[in-house]
Amino acid sequence: MDFDLMINSFPKLLGATVVTLKLLSASLFFGLFLGLFFAILRLNKNIFINKFAYGYSYIFRGTPLLVQIFIIYFGLGQIEYLRTTFLWVILKEPYWCAIIAFTLNTGAYTSEILRSAFQTIKPGIIEAGKSLGISNKIIFYKIQIPIAIRQSLPAYGNEIILMMKGTSLASTVTLMDLTGVAKYIISTTFKPIEVFIVAGGIYLFMTFIIHNVIKYLEKKYSFQQ
Amino acid sequence: MELLAFGKTGWGDELFYATLMTIAVSITAMLVGFFFALIFTPLKLSKYKTLNLVGNFYTTVIRGVPELLVIYLFFFGGSGAIMYVASIFGYYEYIEINAFITGSMAIGIISGAYSTEVFRGAIQSIDKGQFEAAKVLGINKFGQFYKIILPQMLRLAIPNLSNVWQITLKDTSLISVTGLVEIMRQSYIAAGSTRDPLFFYSFAAVLYLMLTYVSMKLINKLEVRYSKGY
Repeated sequence: MDFDLMINSFPKLLGATVVTLKLLSASLFFGLFLGLFFAILRLNKNIFINKFAYGYSYIFRGTPLLVQIFIIYFGLGQIEYLRTTFLWVILKEPYWCAIIAFTLNTGAYTSEILRSAFQTIKPGIIEAGKSLGISNKIIFYKIQIPIAIRQSLPAYGNEIILMMKGTSLASTVTLMDLTGVAKYIISTTFKPIEVFIVAGGIYLFMTFIIHNVIKYLEKKYSFQQ
Repeated sequence: MELLAFGKTGWGDELFYATLMTIAVSITAMLVGFFFALIFTPLKLSKYKTLNLVGNFYTTVIRGVPELLVIYLFFFGGSGAIMYVASIFGYYEYIEINAFITGSMAIGIISGAYSTEVFRGAIQSIDKGQFEAAKVLGINKFGQFYKIILPQMLRLAIPNLSNVWQITLKDTSLISVTGLVEIMRQSYIAAGSTRDPLFFYSFAAVLYLMLTYVSMKLINKLEVRYSKGY
């Protein structure tokens, strides 16, 4: 055990954690909206819209995240037309490519979580709202969404943790996130165990925090109080 | 399409073998995972607090740390660890472990943590009366588990195990960083030499989709078979 290395690498890894957290928060933020959008499409009665949303979630859940990042980072740059548009400003940056890939990926999982949450809402609750003369819009925003949030919290908490682990793939497109820096230190010092303990410890600490925040929210929004 | 031709002109045969490699690694990793689950599930269900702690430590650490970091640990630390063990037995030569073994061990340990949780959940959701009834009938411990608990547990575990399989299958793409030639690595090589990354990575995505689709169909059949009578 090389404790000096562990102590020396800690500040570097902590600095890289900021990159990980930035990637995580940006992709979760955009992913939540995308997920909500596709969940609503999934509940649409039109079969084409429905199938389109299903296809989106099927493709992004059925392929590895690594493939998705590589397609966006290495693949899209190949299209000559894209290089001339303003999109190229975003797509030439590995940082934004990673965020786009993570957003699309977490959006697919989130849409499934939200869809099942919407579907578990008892029709009686919506009917009760209707019989009270509340408009459809208010039923959706004030009744369906709060219940769906409560229903989907445990599954969404898992998704946040999965996404946090997913951000480690950003290191494959040259970004120096926590895993990227850990790999760099391992490959220069050849002390994998020490670095793994420190980097893994930071990841576990983040998992621990997320887990407890979700637990707290679940308690806060539970029906029995 | 000529890019996918079999033989020397295209990448068809290379990608075909790479797909077989992905399947081989996934199955090996899944089996390694079952082996770990076999050890750690009893620990998690044990009456003793220390054993619980060991089981929980394994599943918490593995499920809380990115797969890529675990793979790096094995990739960079694997041969060192083996050489250390070998040095205890008086063997000091350099030992290099092959990428297939490193990869399937790393993915297997990850898959094992998920399998452990699935088996634990399945066993815990079996009615207590079943265990008691088996005991009352005087069936020995082995028979209790093999004939009574296992068939009921499998029915509950298979849907979740199919998720674990999907996770394992997708995780194998990460072993490409160690240089094992599976779908992702082969696509990387092909994309590099033809300068057509969009095509090859999209094709890799299609291959993965095909694998997940086919395996889902097979698992659904298994599910029907094990839920007979329900």
